[in-house]
This record gives sequence, C-alpha cells and structure tokens, in this order.
Amino acid sequence: MTAPLLLGIGLLGGAGAVARYLVDTVAGPRTRRGFPRGILVVNLSGALLLGVLLGASVQGDAQRLLAGGLLGAYTTFSTWMFDSHRLATGGRRGQAALNLLAGLALGLLAVWLGRELGRLA
Amino acid sequence: MGYGPRVADPASRPRADARTLAAIFAGGCVGAMVRAELSVALPYESGHWPWATLLVNVAGAFVLGWVITRVEDGREPFAHAGRLLGTGVCGALTTFSTLQIELLEMLDDDRYGLAAAYVLASIAAGLAAVALATRLTRRGSSAPEPA
Repeated sequence: MTAPLLLGIGLLGGAGAVARYLVDTVAGPRTRRGFPRGILVVNLSGALLLGVLLGASVQGDAQRLLAGGLLGAYTTFSTWMFDSHRLATGGRRGQAALNLLAGLALGLLAVWLGRELGRLA
Repeated sequence: MGYGPRVADPASRPRADARTLAAIFAGGCVGAMVRAELSVALPYESGHWPWATLLVNVAGAFVLGWVITRVEDGREPFAHAGRLLGTGVCGALTTFSTLQIELLEMLDDDRYGLAAAYVLASIAAGLAAVALATRLTRRGSSAPEPA
C-alpha cells in the first residue's frame, strides 16, 4: 500500500470515528443506563452505505478509502460487544440479546438493501 | 441542562468539545491505518475464513474493555484516554460493516455453515475479550499488552 493511500485511509478513518461519535451523541441514550441505540444507528447506516458501494462496484483505491477507511472506522464492533457485555452483566440479558440480534439481523438486511440500491445506480 | 459543569462521570452524556473530537480523530486515523495494513497482510478471499476482520475485532474489543473499565472505575489518569484509545483507536480498528459484508457474501455462496461459524466465533470471542479485559483490569493486575 502506498504512503498517500495509507494516509488517506487514516484521515478518512479519523473522520469516520468523529462521525460515529457525533451520531451516537445525537441518536444515543441520554445515559449509559439506556439501550445503546446510537451505536445501532451508526452500524446500520454504515452497513447500508457499504452495501451501496459494493452494489455500485466501487473498487480499487476508492474502495479502500471509502469502504475500508471511512465506513470501516465509522462502524464499530468493539462498542457493540462492550455494550452487550455490560447489559448482560448488569442484569439486562434481554436487552443484551436484543442488541446482538438486532445488530446482526438488521445489519445483514442493511448491507443487502444497500447493495440492491447500489446496483440501481 | 445548564446545571453547572459535569463531573467526570462515565454515565454522563458525551460532549462534543474540540479536544474530545481531536482525540477521537487522531485515534480513528491510527485504528483505520492498522486495520488497512492488516487487511493487506492477511488478505481476505471470498469463501474463506476472514482472519483479518476477526483479529482486529477481537483485539479491539479486548483493548476497549480494558480502557473503558479503567475509565468506569476512575483509574484512568489521562482524561481523554477513553476517547483516544477507546472511541478512536478501538472504534475504528474494529468494524461492523465489513463483518456484515463478509457474512452476506458467505450467504450468497450458500456457505451457511461458514457464515454461522464466523458470526458465532466473532460474537463469542468479542464478548469473551471484553469479559476477560474487565476481569483482568479489576483484579488490579498490570495493564495487559494491547493485542
């Protein structure tokens, strides 16, 4: 990977992380006691957009920058796991299961839908 | 709102001041570049086990579990560590969208067993990583090496 490409991935990754934080701030619960819907919104919207890129056959450097850099960093796995763990250990196993299952099922639906939309483009 | 400054409470609502955003941006740059390099080192081929994604996701879940537990317990001296290392580095190092695309492509290829194994392994290992990091941190053992 060339240095400019790596740098571009880094900058877009930084932007993706900031976007994740801002969306989570707006869409998330008011306290950590609430259901972590903000990260769900982030992950589902990112999965939808990644699907669009895939459906539109975006490849090469553009794919690395947008899919790998921006959307890869915008969406996140670690907080999804962390929140699920804290819900489960905090006596809210039902919400933990809902967080995992909703993320998975709706995430798959989102990438599929995005890919269909991207193919229309 | 407007009831005076917030104390350092992990339950408080996140804020969007310039330092917080700068920490997240810097961390996000690092996380995305590490993931990109790893995806070159461990290239993913359709129909195969996505080692690169699994590795970054589980490692990132472990480090996030470590740093946020320290923040929760008031043991993190650097005020922006949770944002820089957690939200920034771990958030960007790990990825949800790539995982979902890999799953969708496995389902496209009718590789249901592979898809089920991959998703179960990701979630089981991700939860186990958070649990282990939390336990190690609360045991007061020295900080584990970022995997």
